[in-house]
Amino acid sequence: MTKILRKERLSKDVYRMVLDAPAIARARKAGQFVILMPDDEFSERIPLTIADADEKAGTVTILFQAVGATTRILAAKEEGQSLAHLLGPLGRPTDIKKLEGGVVCVCGGIGAAPMYPIIQALKAAGNRVTVILGARNESLLVYENEFRALADELIVCTDDGSQGRKALVTEPLKELCESAERPSEVIAIGPPIMMKFCSATTKPFGVHTVASLNTIMVDGTGMCGGCRVTVGGKIKFVCVDGPEFDAHEVDWDSMLRRLGSYKEEESHKCKLVEAAAALASQATLEKEQVK
Amino acid sequence: MSDTKKLEALRAEAASLRKELAAKGSLSPKDRRAIAQQDMPSQDPQVRRHNMNEVALGYFEDQAVVESLRCLGCANKPCVSGCPVSIDIPSFLAQTAAGKFDEAYATIRESSMLPAICGRVCPQEKQCMAKCTVGKVEKDPEKSVAIGRVERFLADRGRALAASPNAPKVAAPRPKASGFRVAIVGSGPSGLTAAADLARLGHDVTIYEAFHKPGGVAVYGIPEFRLPKAIVEEEARSLELLGVKIVCDFLVGRTRTVHDLLEKDGFGAVYIATGAGLPKFMGIPGEDLVGVFSANEYLTRSNLMKAYDRENAATPLYSAKRVAVFGGGNVAMDAARTSLRAGADEVRIVYRRTEAEMPARVEEVHHAKEEGVIFDYLANPTAIIGDEKGRVKAAVCQRYKLGEPDASGRAKPIAIPGSEYTLEIDACIVALGNDSNPLVTGTTPELKTTPRGNIIVDEHGATSMRGVFAGGDIVQGAATVILAMGDGRRAAVGIDTYLKGKKR
Repeated sequence: MTKILRKERLSKDVYRMVLDAPAIARARKAGQFVILMPDDEFSERIPLTIADADEKAGTVTILFQAVGATTRILAAKEEGQSLAHLLGPLGRPTDIKKLEGGVVCVCGGIGAAPMYPIIQALKAAGNRVTVILGARNESLLVYENEFRALADELIVCTDDGSQGRKALVTEPLKELCESAERPSEVIAIGPPIMMKFCSATTKPFGVHTVASLNTIMVDGTGMCGGCRVTVGGKIKFVCVDGPEFDAHEVDWDSMLRRLGSYKEEESHKCKLVEAAAALASQATLEKEQVK
Repeated sequence: MSDTKKLEALRAEAASLRKELAAKGSLSPKDRRAIAQQDMPSQDPQVRRHNMNEVALGYFEDQAVVESLRCLGCANKPCVSGCPVSIDIPSFLAQTAAGKFDEAYATIRESSMLPAICGRVCPQEKQCMAKCTVGKVEKDPEKSVAIGRVERFLADRGRALAASPNAPKVAAPRPKASGFRVAIVGSGPSGLTAAADLARLGHDVTIYEAFHKPGGVAVYGIPEFRLPKAIVEEEARSLELLGVKIVCDFLVGRTRTVHDLLEKDGFGAVYIATGAGLPKFMGIPGEDLVGVFSANEYLTRSNLMKAYDRENAATPLYSAKRVAVFGGGNVAMDAARTSLRAGADEVRIVYRRTEAEMPARVEEVHHAKEEGVIFDYLANPTAIIGDEKGRVKAAVCQRYKLGEPDASGRAKPIAIPGSEYTLEIDACIVALGNDSNPLVTGTTPELKTTPRGNIIVDEHGATSMRGVFAGGDIVQGAATVILAMGDGRRAAVGIDTYLKGKKR
C-alpha cells in the first residue's frame, strides 16, 4: 500500500500526487518511471513518469492526466487514501552529461512533469538548457514557473495563442536548429505525435534527439513484451531498454498504431467509469439535498 | 453421457474396485499390474472451452486409493530418482493405499512445499513416471502410476482440511535461528522452494517479488483452468507460517541492487530466481502490427490481470475470432486454450515439426484437441499481414518437412520452397520462449553469464559472485516448474553451507 500524501488539481484533468515511497525516492534517477495499480483485484497496471522525488522525505511525485479509465479512478483517490501497488523506479535513467552546445528540452502538455528532473540534472551537470513548453491552450500548461526559475531560456507556446507564442513546439525548435547556437542535443517528452514531429524537425539538421516513449505496458520488468517498439529496425523494449531512445531511429508510425491497440475496449471502460462517477455524484447530490 | 453421469461412473467404478481389492487382502505384483490407470475426472470439453474453471477436477478418494495400489513398491525406488526434489513417492503411495491420507500428505510436505501446484503442472511423464516400473512394463510412461494425480488429491485434501474452521491452527515448528538473513529475488517456484528450505534451516528469509502477487509463472503464466490462482496464493502464503517474509512490488536491479542487499541491507546471501525474461520474436515482417502478442503478454493479461473477466477487469484482452499460436510448447497450448475461452471461434497451433517432436505435455495437447484447437504441423509463419489500420488480418506460412536430427536430437525442420499459404487471422500469439532478463545481470557486472545472458552457476547453484546463488529460468533458459524447484532446493543447501562456513 502506498499512501497519497498530497493531491492537487492543476487543471481540469491534470493532477499531481505526492506519494509515500521511500525505497523509490532513494533509488530513482531522472528519466525513470513507476507502474502503479490504484486498487487490488481487477485493477490495471499503468506506467507513469516520476515528476519529482524527495529522498529525505521519502516521497515521489507523479503527475497525470485523467483521460483513461484507470487514470480517472486514480484521480478520484483523495489525500490520506492509498494506492494498492507501486513499483519502481523502472527504465534506464537519462544519460546526463555536459554538452558543449547546450540542450533544448521540448515538453508537450504534461510531458513537462518528467522533464523537470531531467532539466534539474542537466543543469547540475553544467549545461545550458532551453525549454520549449507547449500545450493546446493556457489551461493545460504546467510547470511554467518552475522552468522559468530553472532554465536558461523558456519559450512558451500554445496552439491557440492563449499564452505565449501561437505556435506548435516544432516552430521554435526549427528556429533554434537554424540559429548560430544550434543545440548539441534535443530531448522531447510529450504526446507521441509531438515527439514524432520534433524528430522530423531536427533530423535534417543532424541534431541528436532523444524521445521518452510511453507505450502500452503490462509488467514493466522486461517480461511481457507489450511495450516493444522498432528502433533502428530492431525490436526494443521500452521498459528495460528505454524509455528514452534516439528519436531519429524510432519507427513512429508503428508505435502510434500500437498505442491504439485497445481503443475500443478503452472507450467502453471509460464509459463504465463515467457512468459509475455519474452515479456517485448523483448519490452525493441526493445526500446533500436530504441535508 | 452427461458430465455428472460420467463423473459418477468414475467414482462408482473406483469404489467397487477398492472394495474388491480390499477383500483380496495382500496384492501380488501381478494383481497390481492388472489394475488399470484411473482416469482423471474432468470438465466436458465443449463446456469448459467457454469457462475458466479448472479442467481436471481431481481424483475421488476411491480413485486415489486404487491408483496408489498400482505401485509395486520397488525396493530401489526408481521414481524418486526422477523427482527433482526427491519426494518419497513409494511411501506416500503406500500410505494413500492404506487410507492414511494425513500421513501421506506429511510425507510429501517433507520434500515439497508446493504439492498442489506440482501435482497439477509437473511433467510427471518425463520425470517420476518416466522411471516407474509399471510404465516400463507397459512401455508407456503415460501408463505409469499416476503419481501427480495422487499428489494433487492429497494436497487438495490437506488444503481443504487446513482451511476448515475447526482445523488446529499450529504454526510450523521454528528451528533455532541461525542469525543469517537471506534475500530471494523472485517468488516463483524456484524462489519459494529455496525460501522454504532455508527457513527450515533457521535462516531469516525475505522474498522480493516485482509483481503485486507472489507465485511467478504460476500466477502470470499458467492459466486458471490449469492451476487456480487461489491455490498458488495459498501455497505461497503457507511459507509465511515458516517465518518467510514476502515483499511484493520490489524490483531487485532497480528498487535495490544485489550489492545493496549484501552490503547495506544485511543479507548474508542472495538467491536470484528471476525467471523468464524478454519474449522472443521471430524477426519476420509484420510483428509490430496490432494483434501480435507474445504469449507472455497475452497470458499475463489474462492470468495476472484477470483480463479474461471482461466485465470486471480494467486490463483489456484483445478480441479476436481467429487466432494463430506459433510454437509447440506448454505455453503455446496455454495461449491457444486461453484464446478459445476469450471468445475465439477458430484457434490453431502452427508448429514447424510434427506432433511427435512437440515439447508440450501429451496431456496438454490432448486437452487442447478435445477443446477444438486445430493443429497445423510442419508449418511456420514467414510474414504477418495487416489491414489499413495496422491490425493483423493474415499470416503467410510456409510448409516444412522433417530432415536429419539436429543438435537438439529432434528432426530438423526444412522449409519447402514455394509452399507458402495464407491463414486469415485477427490475432497471433508468439510462443517461442524467452531470452534472459537483463535487470539483475545488467546491474551486477560481477555475475558471469552465458552469451545468451543466463547466469552461470556451479553444482551448488553458486554464481561467480561471492554469496550470490541463482537458479530456475535465469540459469536454465527455459525450465519447468519442478526443475526450477530442484534448483531452489540445491541452492538452499549451497547457501546454508556457504553461510555456515562464513564468519559472523
